[in-house]
Amino acid sequence: MEYFIQQFINGLTLGGMYALIALGYTMVYGVIQLINFAHGEFFAAGGYVGAIALAYLAGLGYMESNPVICLTASFLLSMAYCAYLAVGIEKIAYKPLRKESRLAALLSALGMSIFLSNGMMLTEGVYDKVYPSELFQGGFDFGMITISYLQIMIVSLTACLLVGLNLLVFKTKIGMAMRATAQDKTMSALVAIGSNRIISLTFAIGAGLAASAGIMYGLYYGSVKYDMGFVPGIKAFAAAVLGGIGNITGAMLGGLIIGMVEIFGAGYISGEYKDVFAFIILIAVLYFKPTGIMGENIDDTRV
Amino acid sequence: MIQEFKKVWKQYTIGILWLLGLLWPMLGIHPDGTLTFKTTFTVWSYILSGSFICLMIYVMKASDALKFITEPVFRVTGNIRTVTAALPAWIWIIAILVFALLYPQFAGRYGTDVAVSVLLYICLGLGLNVVVGLAGMLDLGYIAFYGVGAYTYALFNTVYGLAFWVCLPLSATFACVAGCIVGYPTLRMRGDYLAIVTLGFGEIVRIILNNWMTLTNGPNGILGVKPIGIFIPVFENGFTFEHFWVKKLQFFYYFALALAILAAIGVQRLNFSRVGRAWESIREDETAAGLMGVNTFRYKLLAYAMGAVFAGLAGAFFAARMRFVSPESFTFLESAMVLCMVVLGGMGSIPGIILGVIALVALPEVFREFQSYRMLIFGATMIIMMLFRPAGLIPAKRVGTRSEEKEG
Repeated sequence: MEYFIQQFINGLTLGGMYALIALGYTMVYGVIQLINFAHGEFFAAGGYVGAIALAYLAGLGYMESNPVICLTASFLLSMAYCAYLAVGIEKIAYKPLRKESRLAALLSALGMSIFLSNGMMLTEGVYDKVYPSELFQGGFDFGMITISYLQIMIVSLTACLLVGLNLLVFKTKIGMAMRATAQDKTMSALVAIGSNRIISLTFAIGAGLAASAGIMYGLYYGSVKYDMGFVPGIKAFAAAVLGGIGNITGAMLGGLIIGMVEIFGAGYISGEYKDVFAFIILIAVLYFKPTGIMGENIDDTRV
Repeated sequence: MIQEFKKVWKQYTIGILWLLGLLWPMLGIHPDGTLTFKTTFTVWSYILSGSFICLMIYVMKASDALKFITEPVFRVTGNIRTVTAALPAWIWIIAILVFALLYPQFAGRYGTDVAVSVLLYICLGLGLNVVVGLAGMLDLGYIAFYGVGAYTYALFNTVYGLAFWVCLPLSATFACVAGCIVGYPTLRMRGDYLAIVTLGFGEIVRIILNNWMTLTNGPNGILGVKPIGIFIPVFENGFTFEHFWVKKLQFFYYFALALAILAAIGVQRLNFSRVGRAWESIREDETAAGLMGVNTFRYKLLAYAMGAVFAGLAGAFFAARMRFVSPESFTFLESAMVLCMVVLGGMGSIPGIILGVIALVALPEVFREFQSYRMLIFGATMIIMMLFRPAGLIPAKRVGTRSEEKEG
C-alpha cells in the first residue's frame, strides 16, 4: 500500500509535467490543426533557459539569500523566452504554409524540431546541463512514503497553471476569442477577432507552459540535455490525443493518465518497458473510443 | 528595386532582431554571474551578413535587376526543356538505367556505399508512398516494418542458417503480418489519430527489439548475418554451379538496384490499377469512396500491408548489407526521414520520390565537412524547401480535374 501511494505521488508529478506539455500540443492543434513537432524543443529550451538563469543568479550570489525569488524569476524568464521563441517560429515556419497541405506544415515542424535541437546543441554543448540540487532538499516523511518538497512544489505549481489556463480559456474574453478561432476562423474574423494574433497568443501560451514543465523536469531529474525534448514530447502528444485532441480538459487528463501509467507500469511490471505501456494504453483507448476520452473539440470543416 | 526592398525590409529587420534576442540568453549569460555580448554579436553578425546577401539577391531578382543573368539562363533552360519534352519517357528511363548500371565502375567505395543507401531508401520511400501518397494515411512508424524485415532475416539466418533468398519472402510476409496487426485496430481512426498510433507502434517495436535480450540480443544487436549467396554457373570441367557470397559492395549494389527498380515498377503498376484508383478515391474523400462501393477498410488495410511488404524487403537487404542489425537503426528519426523524402520529393510521384531520396541522403554527405552544423543545415533546408515548394520537388500529376480547381 505504501508503495502504491508513493508511486501515485510520483505519477502525479510526472503526469503534471506531461499535462503541461500536452496543453501546448492540443491548443495549437485546436487553432491551426497542426501537430507542432517543435513543441518538445520548446520544453527543452525552457529547461535550458531555466538552468542558465538559475546558474547566473547563483553566480551573483542571490541564491543563498532569497532562493524563492530566484526561482520565480527563472520560471518567468524561461516562460517568456519560450513564448518569444514560439511566436517567432510560428511566423517564420508555419504561417506561410497555412493554406498549403497539412503535410507541408508538418514537415516544416519536423525540420524546425531538428533545427532547434541542433541549435541548442551548438550553443550549449552536447553534455548535460546540471541544475542546482541544493534547492528543495528534504521532504515530509511518513514512514515508508516520502514526499519531497520538490514534488509538492511541482504538483502545486502545475495545479495553479492548469487552473489559471482554464480560467483564461473559459472565463475571459481572450479565451472566448481563442475558442471562437478554433471553431471557425472565417466566422470569428467576421466578428472582428484577429486570427493571427490569437494564433500567436496560443503558441505563446503553449510554449510558456512547456517551458515551465522544462524547468520542473530539470529540477526533478537534476539536469537537462539538448535532445531531451523528443521523448516527453511524443508522450505528451500521445496524452493530448488520448484526451481528445483540441480539448483542453482532455489534455490535462490525458497527461495525468500517461504519467500514472508510465510510473505504475515501471513500478509493478517492468522498468524497461515503461515507454511501451503509455502507448499500449493510448492504442487501447483509441480502439474503443476513436476520438479520445473527452471527445475532440475541433470542427471538421470538410463537408 | 527600392520599392521591392521597401516591401521586405521591415519583416527582415524584425526577424533578425528576434534572432538576436533568441541567441543572447543562450550565449551571453554565464554561470559565474557575468553577462557578455561579444560572442553573441560575432555569431549574429555572421548570420546577419549571410542573410542580408540572400535578401539582396532576392530583392534584385524580384525587381528584375538580375535580368542580364537570369534571362540567358532561362533561355537555355527553356530550350533544354523543349528538347527534353520532345523526347519520349523511355529514353530518359534508359539513360538513367545506363547511368545506374555503370555507376559503380567510376564511383569509389564511398560513392557506392552512398548509392546503396539511396537505393534502399528509394524502396522504403516508394513503400511509404503507397500508404501516405496514394491512400492518404499519415504513418509515422513506418520504419518499424523495415526493422521487422531486417530482424526476420537476421534471426532466421543466424539461428536456423536459412539463406537470404529463402528469408526474403519470409521477411516480406512477416512485415506484411505486422502491417496487418498494426493496421487492423487502427484503421478506423482518422488522420492524426492514426499518426500518433502508428508512431506508438513504431516505438513499441523498437523498445521490444531493444529489451528482448534472449531473442534479439538487445541494444548490442545481432552480429554475423550472412551476406547474399548466389550460384554462378561454372563451365570448367563440365557444367556446375559454384556458390558465391556477395560480399563486395559493388556486387551488392546491383542487387539493391534490382530491388529499387522492382519497387518502382510495382508502385507504378499499383498506382494505375483498380486498386490504385480505389486508394486515390479514399484519399480524396473516404465517405464518397465508400458510397461508390469501395470497401474502404479492406483497401486501407491493403495499402498498409503493401507498404509494409516494401519495407520488409528493404529491411532484409539492409541486414544483408550491414551484416549486423541493432535497434538503433529503427528510431523515429528514420521514420521522419523517410516521410520527408516522400513529401519533399512530391507525394505520389515516383521520379519525385527518387529525387527526394537522393537530395536527403546526399545532402548530409555534402555537408559532412561542416560536421556538427550538418543537422542544423539539414533542418533549415527542410523548412526552406517546404516554404518554397510545399507540394514537393516534382509534384504528382493528378488524374482529371476537380470541382474546386474549375471554380478557381
